[in-house]
Amino acid sequence: MSAAATTIAHEVPPQAGPRAFLHRLRRGDEIAHLITLTFAAAILLITSLLVYELWINSHLSRTHFGWAFFWTKVWDPNFDNFGAAPFIYGTLVTSVLALLLAVPLGLASAIFLSELAPRNVSDTISFLIDLLASVPSVIYGLLGIFIVVPLMRTTFGPLLIHTVGNLPYVGALFRGPNYGVGFLTAGIVLAIMVVPFIISVSREVLLTVPREQREAAMALGATRWESTWQVVVPWARTGIMGSVFLALARALGETMAVTMVIGNAAVINTSLLAPGDTIASTIANQFTEATGDLYLSALIELGLVLFLITFILNGLARILIVATERGGGRPA
Amino acid sequence: MSSRRIVWRKSLNYVMLTLTGIAAFAVVSVLFLILGYLIWNGGTSLNWNFFTQLPKPVGETGGGMANAIVGTMKLLFLAAVMGLPIGLFAGVYLAEFGGKTFSFVVRYTTDLLNGVPSIVIGIFASALFVLPVKHFSAFAGGVALGIMVIPITVRSTEEFLRAVPGNMREAAMALGASRWKTIATVVLPAASGGILTGMLLALARVAGETAPLLFTAFGNRFWSQGWGQPIASLPVMIYTYAVAPYDDWHRQAWAAGLVLLALVLVSNLGARFILARSKAV
Repeated sequence: MSAAATTIAHEVPPQAGPRAFLHRLRRGDEIAHLITLTFAAAILLITSLLVYELWINSHLSRTHFGWAFFWTKVWDPNFDNFGAAPFIYGTLVTSVLALLLAVPLGLASAIFLSELAPRNVSDTISFLIDLLASVPSVIYGLLGIFIVVPLMRTTFGPLLIHTVGNLPYVGALFRGPNYGVGFLTAGIVLAIMVVPFIISVSREVLLTVPREQREAAMALGATRWESTWQVVVPWARTGIMGSVFLALARALGETMAVTMVIGNAAVINTSLLAPGDTIASTIANQFTEATGDLYLSALIELGLVLFLITFILNGLARILIVATERGGGRPA
Repeated sequence: MSSRRIVWRKSLNYVMLTLTGIAAFAVVSVLFLILGYLIWNGGTSLNWNFFTQLPKPVGETGGGMANAIVGTMKLLFLAAVMGLPIGLFAGVYLAEFGGKTFSFVVRYTTDLLNGVPSIVIGIFASALFVLPVKHFSAFAGGVALGIMVIPITVRSTEEFLRAVPGNMREAAMALGASRWKTIATVVLPAASGGILTGMLLALARVAGETAPLLFTAFGNRFWSQGWGQPIASLPVMIYTYAVAPYDDWHRQAWAAGLVLLALVLVSNLGARFILARSKAV
């Protein structure tokens, strides 16, 4: 009896101190902890190394051009003169166009799927849309080259030039030769690519809005649309903003589809029908051809700029989504 | 309230709700039209030679992309070997061992890595493994894809481990199992379906990546001579063939597009199937 009691007493592990550590080590817990910790730390290492490599390899360009890199409009590999302005312009214009097209469509579709469609129809469509989000970007580029570009060249381009192109102010956006490739084409292809993201995230957020909110609005005499637009959407506002930021981050960093339809010209042109270039498309096109250290370094600095932009946007998107999850973005 | 106002509100209601329906219909139909176009064009261009032959020299018609299909598989293998273990173990750490601050940092960094544009990952892999030795390699391409696999795997692993009920852990520990034994023999098997799904989805996603391969794995019109040599891949072939001026190449680009899409969608559906089955059990 007493012997058994002592054995049991011996098996009770010490609670703290080096002996406790040794005990857990013997049982393998500390080893497992350390192994998994190492792999988790590897992620930090890889990410820091990524930033470090971008920083070190763009050193030549950073010291050579300084801050002027951001507003110099010339990109001339022949004379080793590099400025990022045309690409920053192109990246912003194509992404903004994509959002202008994709956000209204995506939000409206998400409202339809969450508020109106029967649950099984909504789930089926969302499943298909999720599958579409997994289609590789090079395939969207392929479709862009052979469907959107010819359509722009033969139909939409001339149509825009002859109608909107004659208006004051906005007309300047739709002038000039129309090759089919250009900012607008890239914006359209990007919009098709990001719409699934906006629908999928916004629908999820809208579905988390409590049923009581809708019922309360209806009980006060609101129509279905009024309850949706004035109660449900404002409630989900921050989450929807998060989905837009995610879409924007994706549009800014998108490479292949844009490279294939934007026309690749390092110029700033007010016409949306003109060919241009984005940061990502320039890197994709010129990286393997970069002769000379300064050229390569300038391209890597473009990569650094792209990294920083998406870093900031992803941070904002994350904050917004977390804010929604913590008790919803209640209308002010 | 005047009746005119009610009529106005009611019509606004119908108009706006109809518009949302039209928007949903438009989005879905545009997406399916373009995919239908791809399947039609790809299907008519696809033939047996596509899977068995090497690309023909420029100017000759015919030939296939056998080397690119094998190349994509090899690159995916490298990506899996490099990315999946890091993702899996880091996910286990976050779900089972993680302290507060360090876990937050790891989670945040993982999200950050997930958001890095693929072309920047390409620059990174190139700066590490291509620029110093001055030649492209399959290995560098595998590293680039492997890095992209990590964040997706970490997230899904952590998520599915957390979904395992706490009383299963308690039951195992109450029987005297140590922490790691509990994880290895009870928690991980319980979450294995979900974790496997996450891994498959991660690989499906990088299978279609082109940008990180452009200046790492580059491309090759012949069979690759080893891990240290440039290697062909389906996405890069689609890009090269689509922007080239030859009609026969365009035809092959469509065929390659269809094969790549089939690969990605089948692994996606397969992953979902695994998940559905593991949930049903």
